[in-house]
Amino acid sequence: MNPLVLWFHKLGSPPYFYRLAGRLLPWLWGLGLISLAVGLYGGLVLAPSDYQQSDAFRIIYVHVPSAWMSLFIYGFMALNGFIALIWRIKLSETLAMAAAPIGAAFTFICLATGSLWGKPMWGTWWTWDARLTSELVLLFLYFGVMGLYQAIEDRRQASRAAAFLALVGIVNLPIVHFSVNWWNTLHQGSTVRLFGPSLIDSRMLWPLLIMAIATKFLFAASLLSRARVDLLELEAGKDWARQVALADGDAA
Amino acid sequence: MTEFLSMGGYGNYVWSSFAIFAIVLTLDAVAPLLKRRRVLRELRGRVRRAQKRSEETA
Repeated sequence: MNPLVLWFHKLGSPPYFYRLAGRLLPWLWGLGLISLAVGLYGGLVLAPSDYQQSDAFRIIYVHVPSAWMSLFIYGFMALNGFIALIWRIKLSETLAMAAAPIGAAFTFICLATGSLWGKPMWGTWWTWDARLTSELVLLFLYFGVMGLYQAIEDRRQASRAAAFLALVGIVNLPIVHFSVNWWNTLHQGSTVRLFGPSLIDSRMLWPLLIMAIATKFLFAASLLSRARVDLLELEAGKDWARQVALADGDAA
Repeated sequence: MTEFLSMGGYGNYVWSSFAIFAIVLTLDAVAPLLKRRRVLRELRGRVRRAQKRSEETA
């Protein structure tokens, strides 16, 4: 086998992943907090006020990165769920289920901050517009995955059932993304584009991109931290887990 | 400074948004730490019980 495939097999082994994630975690938290500090300073202090929305537009620096993460994490969860269903890799089951609460957290932030922006700008906290409604459905999908996972006794069966639900829910992702084009929504269309020039001034754009990077790091850190604990719980009967518990016992 | 905090009159909305972001992500970061403490405690209990059993049978 080639070295990459070998490494991939090794990564799937819980004790190896546990150690690797433990070494990566301080770096991920560090990079996440540094980029968060830069992004917040750029967004709150350096970026100029919007000519229409004054300083209320600054809410986008938490709203938009959270919205991106709500979709990104769902995709990540569904991908790992797919791998878990096809190849029965324990690590993928764990990663998929660890991602769900983080995705729900970002979706909640997105909805709450959107509401706080909508009140002064649209004059309403909430409206049943296609973008808002599909994002709310996304939150319920996360809750459904988490609830189904908790409802089944056997941990591995539970994660496979929840992974299946996550896969079905993927149909909602393009609906959220394209809702502003498909329907006449109160929510505005995209201003940041991967292809072609963005419709936002670069002085406003760069803090937004830094915040997007910061939330990626924070997600990765939270994910690894959760996956480590979940693997420890899942493998409680195994030797390596016992050794971790005993080694940690003197410190705690 | 007061001008910065007032955010052009939208201070309440802007700062509440950033507070929600900070609070929710802090809870998200703390949750696995609390779970880790519980799981490790249970694991150590398991190890101790297994040791006791093997001593009794010996």
